[in-house]
Amino acid sequence: MSESTSAPDPFWKKLWRSAVREPYTGDRRSRLRLVMNNLILHLHPAQVPVRTLRFTYSWGLGGLSALLVVLLAVTGAMLMFVYTPAPDQAYQSILALNTQVWYGQLVRNLHHWAGNALVVVVALHLLRVFFTGAFREPRAFNWLIGLALLLLTVVANFTGYLLPWDQLAYWGITVGAGILAYVPVVGNWLSQVLLGGPEIGPATLLNFYGLHLSVIPIAMLFLMSLHFWRVRKDGGLSVPRGVDEAPVLKDENVTTFSDLVRPEAVWATVTLTALVLWSMFVNAPLEPLANPDLSPNPAKAAWYFLGIQELLLHFHPLIGAIVIPGLALAALAALPYLSGDMDSVGVYFRSRRGRWLAAFSAAAGALLTVGYVLVDEFYLDLPALLPSLPTLLSNGVVPLAALLLGLIGYHGAMRRFFRATRCEATLSVFVLVLTGFIGLTLIGIFFRGPGMALLWPWEVAGH
Amino acid sequence: MTTQVSQPGAVSRREFLKLGWGLLAGVAALEGGLAAVQFSLPRVAAGEFGGVFTCGPVEAFPPGSVTPFNEGRFYLLRLDDGGFLALYRRCTHLGCAVPWDPTTNQFVCPCHASAFDQTGQVLNPPAPRPLDRFAVAIQDGQVRVDTSRPLEREQFDPSQLVYA
Ligand code: HEM
Ligand code: FES
Repeated sequence: MSESTSAPDPFWKKLWRSAVREPYTGDRRSRLRLVMNNLILHLHPAQVPVRTLRFTYSWGLGGLSALLVVLLAVTGAMLMFVYTPAPDQAYQSILALNTQVWYGQLVRNLHHWAGNALVVVVALHLLRVFFTGAFREPRAFNWLIGLALLLLTVVANFTGYLLPWDQLAYWGITVGAGILAYVPVVGNWLSQVLLGGPEIGPATLLNFYGLHLSVIPIAMLFLMSLHFWRVRKDGGLSVPRGVDEAPVLKDENVTTFSDLVRPEAVWATVTLTALVLWSMFVNAPLEPLANPDLSPNPAKAAWYFLGIQELLLHFHPLIGAIVIPGLALAALAALPYLSGDMDSVGVYFRSRRGRWLAAFSAAAGALLTVGYVLVDEFYLDLPALLPSLPTLLSNGVVPLAALLLGLIGYHGAMRRFFRATRCEATLSVFVLVLTGFIGLTLIGIFFRGPGMALLWPWEVAGH
Repeated sequence: MTTQVSQPGAVSRREFLKLGWGLLAGVAALEGGLAAVQFSLPRVAAGEFGGVFTCGPVEAFPPGSVTPFNEGRFYLLRLDDGGFLALYRRCTHLGCAVPWDPTTNQFVCPCHASAFDQTGQVLNPPAPRPLDRFAVAIQDGQVRVDTSRPLEREQFDPSQLVYA
């Protein structure tokens, strides 16, 4: 032990060193050690293959989802200090927030828009993972965790939707819980437990408050940790490559700090700035106080459910609201375990033919959806054509069977007429269904007016 | 001499303990689940919607009248023949509040345009079944409606009417 002759370090220097564990000198070794020794940074590996940094591969969408979740936690915690979860005070507390609390409206706007943006960003992240084929083994289980996160994101938005206790909240949740009640056998019970009674009341608000503020965030935090951990355990990000490139076996590594951290920080700053600017100019909606005696016309669910609500106009509720979304989810979950012949991980849309077929299927999906909605609205009346059948069959099972046969036929046609491989044909069906769902959602948002009649968007906006 | 003879098919001590612990864990999980469900079951306060409403004397409701009870979320109907019927105003499609339209003598839902006649039967889908009803009882000339449980039905039937 050598006694130093210089003055002992000042207290603050000791404190700093005790916190950072190792001095940072900026050389390669120090940069690697920094990532390993920092709780937040060590979500990353210390070095990453240089190709995975390509922005137009991941679009930073997973990281953006995480950023939005953090922003939601911070703004949500601020809202907690103002909000009271009781029917006769909830709306007042939101009004007070908007008018009397410094930056109250801005914080509410940020929370509102970040929540809505999260639905979009997580969905886009799912699409990027699907289109790059990154859901295949060894990442199959992480795809499942991701699906659970998507569901939690939707449930978080759904439960938060009720809290302002305005007309929008009250009737949006009424219609949403009405959909739940169509689950066979247990539906009524489920909706009663969720609402704490047959209708929305004080118990509902307390239930949703508890779910929204504790159960869902904790579940999300847990699953997100698992998700990030699995990304690393599964060998890091899938490695992008061009359409005609052979799979990359060995790639040059660069240090995470700061070749990955720098673009992350830039992307986070850009999107945060955009979100703050947006929230400064566009207020989160707030309608008059909830009135259980007066349903608005039209009564719509939150926008991300309007695709399903549109299905409800064409199918028996059990088929439209439960069976079709359930089948779609099951298909998504089974995807990594069922899809065959795929050696195209890292290639956007699988192959050259895959790109072409995706574009074709998108066009076909859009046309077929708009066509079907128009025909069903004005010409087709299945219950009248099949009067001897109960509507569950005539307006449910029969068109569902036709739909499924159509999808199988489409898969076969891709294989036969376009010589698609199995995974290219699956991609085509996915794109067909995806554009269908997006189409239905857009119709539900922009083209449905009072009484759910088909109108032009400017007519809908006028109501 | 005591030797452990393990008969074929017999359960060893290790297996027995494993089974025991497994069963205990199962029971604990079941209890936990049950407690969670019980915990979250609907809670209804007395005197509010979900309780029994005393609507008034029989004479207050002339035949052919439709009287809304907003607090109780129902309409008290007296049909032309004097029979009483209480209809839950919650649309059987997705749950909107259905207003009574006296000009057409129909309940018309503002949300997706379901229509119901005076007895609650569906005139126009998407509603899949008639409006639910609540039990009506007439005691000492007073009409009482029990809103604790909506009664579902496939169609209207005169046995659902209550006479003074
Ligand atoms: C709150 C929701 C979510 C968060 C915060 C999140 C976060 C992330 C992050 C940070 C990554 C690293 C790479 C990247 O940014 O793309 C990632 C990768 C991944 N995510 Fe998610 N994610 C979420 C939802 C989902 C969903 C809905 C899916 C699909 C069902 C999914 C499946 C995957 C898969 C398979 C990978 C590995 C991709 C590859 O190796 O190329 N995640 N996620
Ligand atoms: S809720 Fe009444 S028609 Fe849909």
